[in-house]
Amino acid sequence: MSANTNAEEHHQGLRNPPREVVLRIRRRDRQDGPARWEEFALPYRPNLNIISCLMEIRKNPVTRDGQRTTPPVWEMNCLEQVCGICTMVINGRARQSCSALVDNLDPHSPITLEPMSKFPNVRDLVVDRSEMFDHLKRVKAWIEIDGSYDLGPGPRMSQEDVAERYAYSRCMTCGCCLEACPQYGDGNYIGPQAIAQVRLMNMHPSGKMSRDDRLSAITGDDGITNCGNAQNCVRACPMSLPLTKAIYEENRETVLHGLFGWLRK
Amino acid sequence: MANNGIRIAIVGGGLAGLAAAMKIAEAGHSVDLFSVVPVKRSHSVCAQGGINGAVNTKGEGDSPWKHFDDTVYGGDFLANQPPVQKMCEMAPSIIYLFDRMGVPFSRTPEGLLDFRRFGGTLHHRTAFAGASTGQQLLYALDEQVRRHEATGKVKKYEHWEMLSLIQDGHGVCRGLVAMERATLELKAFPADAVIIATGGPGLIFGKSTNSMVCTGSAVSACYQQGARYANGEFIQVHPTSIPGEDKLRLMSESARGEGGRVWVPKTQGDKRQPSSIPESERWYFLEEKYPAYGNLVPRDIATREIFQVCLDGYGVFGENQVYLDLTHIPAETLDRKLGAILEIYEMFVGDDPRHVPMRIFPGVHYSMGGLWVDFEQRTNIPGLLAAGECDYSIHGANRLGANSLVSCVYGGFIAAPAAVEFARNVERNGADGSKIYDDELKRQQEINAGLLKQTGAENQYVIHDEMGKWMTDNVTVLRYNDKLKATDEKLLELIDRYRHISLNDSNMWATHALPHARQLHNMLQLARVITLGALNRNESRGAHYKPDFPNRDDEHFLKTTIAEFSGEGPVFSWEAVDIGLLEPRKRDYTKGKQKAQAAAGGQAEQSPTKEGAAQVPTPGSELKPADTSGPATWGQKKEAVDGAVSGEVTPRPERGDSIDEAGGKTEKQ
Repeated sequence: MSANTNAEEHHQGLRNPPREVVLRIRRRDRQDGPARWEEFALPYRPNLNIISCLMEIRKNPVTRDGQRTTPPVWEMNCLEQVCGICTMVINGRARQSCSALVDNLDPHSPITLEPMSKFPNVRDLVVDRSEMFDHLKRVKAWIEIDGSYDLGPGPRMSQEDVAERYAYSRCMTCGCCLEACPQYGDGNYIGPQAIAQVRLMNMHPSGKMSRDDRLSAITGDDGITNCGNAQNCVRACPMSLPLTKAIYEENRETVLHGLFGWLRK
Repeated sequence: MANNGIRIAIVGGGLAGLAAAMKIAEAGHSVDLFSVVPVKRSHSVCAQGGINGAVNTKGEGDSPWKHFDDTVYGGDFLANQPPVQKMCEMAPSIIYLFDRMGVPFSRTPEGLLDFRRFGGTLHHRTAFAGASTGQQLLYALDEQVRRHEATGKVKKYEHWEMLSLIQDGHGVCRGLVAMERATLELKAFPADAVIIATGGPGLIFGKSTNSMVCTGSAVSACYQQGARYANGEFIQVHPTSIPGEDKLRLMSESARGEGGRVWVPKTQGDKRQPSSIPESERWYFLEEKYPAYGNLVPRDIATREIFQVCLDGYGVFGENQVYLDLTHIPAETLDRKLGAILEIYEMFVGDDPRHVPMRIFPGVHYSMGGLWVDFEQRTNIPGLLAAGECDYSIHGANRLGANSLVSCVYGGFIAAPAAVEFARNVERNGADGSKIYDDELKRQQEINAGLLKQTGAENQYVIHDEMGKWMTDNVTVLRYNDKLKATDEKLLELIDRYRHISLNDSNMWATHALPHARQLHNMLQLARVITLGALNRNESRGAHYKPDFPNRDDEHFLKTTIAEFSGEGPVFSWEAVDIGLLEPRKRDYTKGKQKAQAAAGGQAEQSPTKEGAAQVPTPGSELKPADTSGPATWGQKKEAVDGAVSGEVTPRPERGDSIDEAGGKTEKQ
């Protein structure tokens, strides 16, 4: 999961550290406004992450060539790579800026920060990912419990089944998989994020009871068959979700579901 | 009963807020849910280790009464006992409910829920989903609330930040003003009751284990509008965090629960790598001093011991850090039980904790204090309730690990029916018309306009940094009265300098400059409450430790600190603690609790454990608190403490009266 090749380098810093870290940031003042690049420099220190750099720039927003500018705007919250909010494209790859350590990014050349491209750009590095939450609503990514009353324990499960569900349940709705997916965009494919949650719910003994509803939700024109099998999603996922497995399993389920539905007619 | 159009506003979409939203929607009422971030990204996701509930599946004779005893004892007897007891009785059914909602709790070979040990108890009482339990519980509630969102019962206002309450001429809460974070649009939202569930105020300390939304800003706004703030001085400093430039990342107590050992080299400044230091030259100071609990002493104790060891010069490589060692545990076991937190360490530090001991140091983690609430989660402002970390009710002077998740859900489950009941009984059309909404909206717009106009030389982020540094240095592990006084003077200076900040962003679209300025003002106000509360309390209890007053002083300080806002600063009063169930006894973790448990066990036979356990109404019935006698029995006299800093306050009228005055109906419709 971690991209560390040389563990000692982290707490001691790099062997030949640069004097300064240069960030090249893709800026946009407002939705639909023109985009531009701005460069900022700050003194190098060991163990910096991208968020610490942005926090320092925010205090005194002056570009590398001495121009006063507006503070770059980005989203952040947990800073432990578990809330997903601080996702941006760093040196061409979508990932969380909290866990992007400068020492691992080759700080000898400028580090580029861009907003994710598959979602509406609100300002600077902020994007609007509400469509991801809409997907969850559409695929009914919940267990239909009778009510939050005291009805005793849930169904028994083996640790193996739990472990497989746990892997899907770690999805933090960050959007890295959708950014990486060549099929996703312009509403023509629901994407691996929602499909993985269908898998999570359909595996549960109670969730299984409303499986058909979820399968119908991913069999429309923008459904699961639009997957082009590029397998970018599984490589892009920071939480190591087995996304391609989810797509495979749900694809199989939709085929069975389709057959079964047809036989029932 | 038909839905009579009740609409409740909930501020905060973490565990407590979502728990309340689910209950209210399930009862057929409407919810407006406000959150600075999409609710699925709330700080609850950071909780790692687990959720406590005495399910007793390990043949240890555990019981809700023992959970209750551990919690009150761990909190150094500062918590009012009845709600703690009720929470511990509800805890097993809360865990089962999450099990039914699909949380992938770790299992035993038989397919039952597995439980692990946590600090401050000798029982396996903590259910867990890997080491990301908070994330998993939050997602389960997020899913259920989304289900109610799909039916239109819940309306989410994500990226909206609450700025203030709207109160009528009688002080009754009638709604709130919130700001949309992209447009900076302000809007007044009428509500029949408001539940605050905004979590803790960690950012007051600059760097903490908290998420960046944990400013305490909304809570401080309530305080400045008349809500009482209780036990603010009780701030938990977690013994094991990973120091970082942007934040202190939590290293869960579950690492010790699964056998992690804390140690330092016996030789000061030992330059050797940990693997080359033989067992005989390692000092396992917690195990040595606390043979019964070892590395699982409560957090306040572990924190002070680690702090002291470093002060005495035994920190690893002479720095403020000690080892938290898991390397003796098989990597496969670690991956299964602690995978998520080990990944965090690996990702941010670069070492693999399966093979190299982690280097950790205490970090500000949790506020035991918060908005004062009664046993039904109601604040002193009629129509305003609070639940979760932002209320003060459960954890006393120190919170036990894995009790926060259960207290959040409990608080939400109690607040929801109490809010609905209030909404049913209050005269909803009797408010002062739309004028109160327009007035408060205008007041907030003027504050924003003023900030936009300011052109002073001060930088708000510099002020925030200074506040954080002073608070961390002087109002955390060791507290001295002269330093606390100096800190309050510093805070006054910062409040003054705040008037001269300029927002260094000329583009107001989606800016963070204005929201942060609003938050900073509120943080400074709350910082004073925390600091002066600590100054007033001349004893040591739980997380509050004064070397000059090293003992607990029940005679003078077995009391809840209450702060009320005034233009001149917080006004303090004190309230007796309800200790009707457990007689306070000395906290001593060097020995087991056999004696205590024997006594508690005796009482357990007599205690009506079933009564409070009714977590939720039976299907089909209206949501009602299980026990409505709470407020009637809840009347405690304020008592002044000798040597208190601030003056008296005039007692408020009883809550019921003030609702009547507001034209409320006392009879149910």
